[in-house]
Amino acid sequence: MSPNDLTMDDFLKGLWDENPVFVHLLGMCPVLAVSNTVINALSMGLATLFVLILSSALISMLRRIIPKQVRIAAFILIIATFVTVAEYVIQAISLEIHRGLGAFISLIVVNCMILGQAESFASKNNVVTSVLAATGAGVGFIFAIFCMGAVREVLGSGTFAGIDLFGPHYQPWVIMILPGGGFFVLGALLLVTNRINGWLVARKEVLEQEVAGSSATPGR
Amino acid sequence: MRGVAQLRVGDMNTDSLGFIFISATVINNFVLAYFLGICPFLGVSAKIDTAMRMGIAVTFVMLVSSMAAFGIHIVLVAIDALYLQLIAYIVVIATTVQLVEMIIKKYSPALFRTLGIFLPLITTNCAILGVALWQTSRQYDFLQSVVFAIGAGLGFCLALIIMAGLREELELSDVPGIVDGAALTLIVAGILSTAFMGFGGLGG
Repeated sequence: MSPNDLTMDDFLKGLWDENPVFVHLLGMCPVLAVSNTVINALSMGLATLFVLILSSALISMLRRIIPKQVRIAAFILIIATFVTVAEYVIQAISLEIHRGLGAFISLIVVNCMILGQAESFASKNNVVTSVLAATGAGVGFIFAIFCMGAVREVLGSGTFAGIDLFGPHYQPWVIMILPGGGFFVLGALLLVTNRINGWLVARKEVLEQEVAGSSATPGR
Repeated sequence: MRGVAQLRVGDMNTDSLGFIFISATVINNFVLAYFLGICPFLGVSAKIDTAMRMGIAVTFVMLVSSMAAFGIHIVLVAIDALYLQLIAYIVVIATTVQLVEMIIKKYSPALFRTLGIFLPLITTNCAILGVALWQTSRQYDFLQSVVFAIGAGLGFCLALIIMAGLREELELSDVPGIVDGAALTLIVAGILSTAFMGFGGLGG
């Protein structure tokens, strides 16, 4: 198998077809917890992407060295190391973001998405493919958490990334930035994804029928 | 980093044990207010029976790892290596989970089969690491940490069991195909979470 004809696919499937949040329901905790503003959501997404790419690369490099029995522990240690790095980097760049995300930066360690990626992909594939797949999954994660953050901040505080959208007379829909709103918005987003996927499947079936129909007619 | 740590050791948290317990159980319920432990919350909440057992296993791991984390924190402050905190905690949690897994396998093979994949996944249950991290950052003393861990564990059980009860009823009702599954569970969880906000008044 040559790496070239696989790589783009590995990257793209993380974005929609196998989106870690919307399809596999992985890494839900940060998606729900720190998506009350767009800035928090994006910084969380970027931190996760950073940890995901670097840990996938390292795990993929070490995949022949790590014994099978202790692989989960080894993966978690590697992930924890990069999370510690990410935490100190965020603290150095912006104390405000560090305070906004709180303990959830450390909790990236237990994001099932990262361990899942390590276990199911990085430990079985070469470095380039693993990094590409990790980037795809990470960008898919950012997309999901950004959607959540945008919906919740616009509805819940009437702002987008801190910019006032509706003027002073907007009555904010406070429930959206409270915990309950997180569940509601994620539920609603899952509905939308289900709907879109339903349409896509239906359209594909119609297309396939047309193709089958047109190829069958000349034969008759 | 060192300066900050020393400063924090100075002002110990003085919350009363009762307040910590009530707060961790219902007011700031780990699942419904902090979104920790969502994976098992969505994954194992289909039957009340399994939910209860899962809850007990998680509470036990929380308690043991909370006590261990308390000791580790003292050691790490002593040798001035706080940057190892996260790594040390996660190793302890993974070990505790392994221990619980062996105990359950020995004494109740049936429960071991029911919990299945979710047992090793307790390691990646954010609620447990959350307890360890929060008790450290809030400067709880040993007793406060233990009460906090038990409270958080019971809160997790409570949320899981209520959710399982609701989902057992949902099985019998006729829902449109598109909301069936995770979306429906999340929306129910949202209503539950909003209901739990009512406990906010208890905090005074």
